[in-house]
Amino acid sequence: MKAPNEMTIVEAASGLRAREFSVRELWDACAEAAKTKNSELNAFLEIFEADEAALKAAQKKIDAGGSPSGKSDLLLGIPIATKDNILIEGKTASAGSKMLTNYRATYDAAVIEKLKAAGALFLGRTNMDEFAMGSSTEHSAFGPTKNPHDTSRVPGGSSGGSAAAVAAHMTIAALGSDTGGSIRQPAALTGLVGLKPTYGAVSRSGLIAMGSSLDQIGPLAKSVADARALYEAIRGRDLNDSQTLPEDLNAQKSTSGKMSVGVPWGLLEKGVDASVLELFRRTISALESAGHTVRDISLPTSAYALAAYYVIMPAEVSTNLARLDGMRYGLAKRGKTLLDDYLISRTEGFGQEARRRILLGTFVLSAGYIDAYYRKADAARAVLRREYEEAFQQVDVIAFPTTAAPAFHFGEKSDPLSMYLEDIFTVTANLTGMPAISVPMGTVSRPSITLGTTGSVSLPVGIHFTAPPLAEARLFKAGELVEQVR
Amino acid sequence: MATKEEVKKLAALARISIADEELEKFTQEFDAVIAYVGQLESLNQPPASSLQPQALRNVLREDGEPTAPGTNTEKLVAQFPEREGNALVVKQIISHD
Repeated sequence: MKAPNEMTIVEAASGLRAREFSVRELWDACAEAAKTKNSELNAFLEIFEADEAALKAAQKKIDAGGSPSGKSDLLLGIPIATKDNILIEGKTASAGSKMLTNYRATYDAAVIEKLKAAGALFLGRTNMDEFAMGSSTEHSAFGPTKNPHDTSRVPGGSSGGSAAAVAAHMTIAALGSDTGGSIRQPAALTGLVGLKPTYGAVSRSGLIAMGSSLDQIGPLAKSVADARALYEAIRGRDLNDSQTLPEDLNAQKSTSGKMSVGVPWGLLEKGVDASVLELFRRTISALESAGHTVRDISLPTSAYALAAYYVIMPAEVSTNLARLDGMRYGLAKRGKTLLDDYLISRTEGFGQEARRRILLGTFVLSAGYIDAYYRKADAARAVLRREYEEAFQQVDVIAFPTTAAPAFHFGEKSDPLSMYLEDIFTVTANLTGMPAISVPMGTVSRPSITLGTTGSVSLPVGIHFTAPPLAEARLFKAGELVEQVR
Repeated sequence: MATKEEVKKLAALARISIADEELEKFTQEFDAVIAYVGQLESLNQPPASSLQPQALRNVLREDGEPTAPGTNTEKLVAQFPEREGNALVVKQIISHD
């Protein structure tokens, strides 16, 4: 039998109701695993003490036959890990940065309020690339997180701490944030399901901002059903994020019967690892054999997506991080003049990658360059959106591999541009605002340096689906189909 | 090609400093990224009129006090690096001489 911490949300919820274990025992199993494994994996920056009142309240509700609220009922008494850029009142939220090491959240993020109301428990805050900038957690100010499948490799990022924590069964599920692939890429590299919801489906209130027109909070989970349960619990209109969509739009565009899957084969001709592509082809064929339609589609502007992203995102980063000036909160270094105060605080507070992106953003927004870069990128974004909308006239979802290759070794992508290319497939969903999911599609074999020259290791890779705005239901359906055919 | 001086100037505008020993590498990496995003120049841009602009709307709340005065003051002030009562201590920037 599985230990409680190894269970999915759905399994743990049913175990709690069958009295196989108590809320306390489930918490202890997760907290114990988290404490034991964290010295090796560095997935958590902090493991919280049990909130006795919350544990008791959850147990009481379960004993009383659950809450009457329906779907969110599933999360009663379930330990959840949260990325270090999501505010929980009274807890530190450092966004993986020296700049905010001493910052204590003064309010709950909207998603935290919702999870508290649903009776979920907060296990700890997870490691991440500084201010969510990176694809490996190597840019965390607090050391990298290791991939539980091979500790010589990265777990992906920026939500790499959340991914490793779930994959190593240190928690039942976790929240991450996704600006260009930061939920989906680590989910793929650690064998999990990761969802980036439609822009505006989930409130960003209380998420430390990176790229405001791109950021979304979403789940990293052990199954599609779990990702759905967390998504249902956190989504919804919020007056504190005026970009959240009205509830009446949230009609959950569904699809019944067989699905039509579009694959932009033209984009996969080069740059994708042969074994990853082979696994992707097999997964697509299996869907076809199960009676679903597969169509070749063309998305020509996708070739420009990453370039457009690396203009728009740094522009928003440089704007958002301007508020961190060492004055009111965060790292506060003092020099001779007020200008020195800013310079020293920001230079010591921000790591290399943050500084690099601030400079890029300052550049693309400066007079003389804004037309050549920012406006052009914004136009590319509009063209991409239109191409996807046209493709969705013919197909329900669009599929490609989440990443071009499995998890890489630490230090392998020390050149910034090679790290940026990790997100080449995932950024488009952020640029278009469309929802996207990564679901495990199997493993590929790689030589292992930790086991010596003769050993090999199985590394998970993911299949990625994109759907039209607010059609998350299609993603869950496609994801479940993959779970069935795998 | 960006020069070291240009990168230094951008850094000054962004209120960060780059140490001299980092500057060479930073300039090279900066150049590589700018060259990569430069491919946007070859994008055949459709006329602006053919692209639907994103729906924009103003979001305003009703006048009034969303919370009673002072509700969050202590929590926020507690984050100040240096305080005098509920005021934030910063350097004097206008001199009286």
